[in-house]
Amino acid sequence: MTKTSNPAELAAISKTVRRHILEMITAAKSGHPGGSLSATELVVTLFFDIMKHDPANPKWSDRDRFILGKGHACPVLYSVMAECGYTPVDKLNTFRQLGSIYQGHPDMRFIPALEASTGSLGQGLSVALGMALAARFNGSPSRTFVVLGDGEIQEGQIWEAAMFGAFHKIDNVVAIVDWNKIQLDGFVKDIMPLDPLVDKWTSFGWHVINIDGHNIEAVQKAFHEAETVKGKPTVILANTIKGKGVSFMENNPKWHGTAPSKDELALALKELA
Amino acid sequence: MALSKKYELKIGPATREAFGKALAEIGRKNPDVVVCDADLSKSTNTHFFAKEFPERFIQCGIAESNMVAVGSGLAAAGKIPFVSSFSAFVINKGFEQLRVTAAYPNVNLKVVGTHSGISIGEDGPSQMSIEDLSLACNLPGFTVLAPCDEVSMTAAIHMTAEHVGPVFVRAGRSKAAHVYEPGAEFHIGGSTELLAGTDVAIFANGLLVAEALRAAETLDAAGISARVIDLYSIKPIDRAAIERASKECRAIVVAEEHLKDTGIGSRVAQVTSETTPCVMEFVGVDNTYAESGTPEAVVEKYGLLAKDIVTAVHKVLARKN
Repeated sequence: MTKTSNPAELAAISKTVRRHILEMITAAKSGHPGGSLSATELVVTLFFDIMKHDPANPKWSDRDRFILGKGHACPVLYSVMAECGYTPVDKLNTFRQLGSIYQGHPDMRFIPALEASTGSLGQGLSVALGMALAARFNGSPSRTFVVLGDGEIQEGQIWEAAMFGAFHKIDNVVAIVDWNKIQLDGFVKDIMPLDPLVDKWTSFGWHVINIDGHNIEAVQKAFHEAETVKGKPTVILANTIKGKGVSFMENNPKWHGTAPSKDELALALKELA
Repeated sequence: MALSKKYELKIGPATREAFGKALAEIGRKNPDVVVCDADLSKSTNTHFFAKEFPERFIQCGIAESNMVAVGSGLAAAGKIPFVSSFSAFVINKGFEQLRVTAAYPNVNLKVVGTHSGISIGEDGPSQMSIEDLSLACNLPGFTVLAPCDEVSMTAAIHMTAEHVGPVFVRAGRSKAAHVYEPGAEFHIGGSTELLAGTDVAIFANGLLVAEALRAAETLDAAGISARVIDLYSIKPIDRAAIERASKECRAIVVAEEHLKDTGIGSRVAQVTSETTPCVMEFVGVDNTYAESGTPEAVVEKYGLLAKDIVTAVHKVLARKN
């Protein structure tokens, strides 16, 4: 894989990834497009610019680690990992089929390069903190990144983990909240509001960075800032748009977990040409 | 008649204490061992480890779900984490995390639940773990161990550290009678025939092992030859020992400090059904929660003593042939 810090190149990769996301979900006739599209710049920037990792040596012990807490958004992760060379791009359309390595939620049994099998919300942050602690024990420079859904952080375990991370000063972990304001049943504010979210994380002892999660330069800057913060963990609150990149999917709860039809796919791909 | 061996059953330390001391020993041998506790280290006895290796002891506060998943993260990154709490808390509050972050990805997590069963006594049912073995057996890939005394618990903790894969070990609060001599051998998937016998086989684990040995003495006086087997490895289970007992004794009693309907009794019955069926009876907590009281009073009221095993043996023998 070729890494890049060039925002234009990262934007181009993001566009390719969005196309994969829509194609694989359409082929599977099920899946979660909205939250995959909202997290695209975050995951692309991590894998192609920020993280130290090597697809040819996925178990390198000092690698940076990535966990997708919101496992249902795996189309974005699969697409990015495939573009990195971890897994075949031409098999992405086997997503959710029997025997496919691209399982409905991330499954390490099928893709050993995954750092965690997720799908049950609320657990990824704790696992990430454990990995980051292990790196500290081992004197390893490894950092762990975990993408959480905004709906996901309604889970109580997230706040157990938030207390834990601050108390143990785990500064080699970065949580990124894909703050797209929508969950399965509707808008987060109507289901179980999170506000004031900046204050919540701050009061739990985390360094908080509040950004536009689709602005690649802002995303890069946030990750660099996180690296300089010592003695406390960092959370990046990435303001995003659910369904980003496809006009008819944006900000519409329907597209949390609905697959596009072939016609809708064609329309979407036209927008992502 | 005479028993094949005489057991004095002198009172010894609780299995939780044996666990805590064995853990500190392992800490001295293996720098990759780390320990997580949820504000119960003085009770679980992880404090022995914490005192000696404060830098490798991770206090998680009263947050078991997070603790289990943190342990899984540590394991996935190459550490050998032991996470411990009261069995009722770590297995119930941590079950989802045991399932999704430990069993499913098959990470090398070690879980030790202390204060299991109803013999904790005074603290009452909210703290009494009577479903833990069943839940632990519901985690594919997990090894499940329930040792009965100091020697077997020490061995179990060493085996647990050496085994690659997730393990649940069940420990108790109250003092446990010495059953084994130092140097006794154990292995994952094994069991120990403590007494030879031909009329009935009694399978037990944990505190019920000593009760089974006492029951065998009473039965011996009545002319009944009871084989007593310590089934310390619940999963994998010693199928050969069960099949042999079923064939040779043609009557089995299973005794455990666990819900009777979902404990090791069901697992033993599954093996006999798949191999050589025989008549069986079960001693355990019968579809209820217990209550506060001294440990002695509680186990007596809820039917987990030698006399209850003797009654079960008479029942099963009445049905034999």
